[in-house]
Amino acid sequence: MYDLILFLVLLLLGYVFGQRAEKRHFKSIIEREQTLRDILVFSERRIPDEDQLEGILVSGNVVISVDFFKRFVAGLRNLVGGRVSSYESLLERARREAILRMKDAARRKGATAVWNLRLETASIYKGAQNAVGAVEVVAYGTAVRQRR
Amino acid sequence: MIVTNIETVPGKQIVKHLGLVSGNTVRSKHAGRDIMAGLKNIFGGELKGYTELLTESREEATERMIEQARAIGANAVVNVRFSTSSVAAGAAELFAYGTAVVVE
Repeated sequence: MYDLILFLVLLLLGYVFGQRAEKRHFKSIIEREQTLRDILVFSERRIPDEDQLEGILVSGNVVISVDFFKRFVAGLRNLVGGRVSSYESLLERARREAILRMKDAARRKGATAVWNLRLETASIYKGAQNAVGAVEVVAYGTAVRQRR
Repeated sequence: MIVTNIETVPGKQIVKHLGLVSGNTVRSKHAGRDIMAGLKNIFGGELKGYTELLTESREEATERMIEQARAIGANAVVNVRFSTSSVAAGAAELFAYGTAVVVE
């Protein structure tokens, strides 16, 4: 009985705090995307007119975990199959955040664009007992700035 | 040392290829971070301790790769790639590799 109550409390906590954290995170992502808009990102590897430029490797990463509620919902979804929307939003947040951090690193180095963007996703705690549903996303690319 | 993840170094000519260089590091979490991660497990959100840990490890792997490139006389590393794999529960390997070149 206590177990059931504990479970429901965790579910409720996860729902309330998880939703709030996610909403706040998306809001801050959208705001920062606006301010970093002038840094262009390309997945193209050939840089046109590169004679006057110099390149530096920049990267950004983030580890994000899902909340208890979403993990429970995803577990249920596993039974019937189909879209697991609770993990979709997790990965979207992680990816956008990683790109933002990379752009931020590029700006701090005085760069105006990032070329050959690569994204890599790794799941942390894979195969562990009581696995945390956490993912790491790393974004990296070659930032270019005018040669000094 | 110039590091890029494209095949060339912008604004410079590659005069010599010296072959593949790589660097790796295996890190694991410590208990304090694990407790925090357990809490985040309920509420969701960023695991800052892990983000830092992985950033540091990746820098370390890159540093080792650069060290190796320097040892064979390169002054740039091009086409750098990162890869992550979890070796055991709670430990991750960060690997960086690229081609060492001489540019002028």
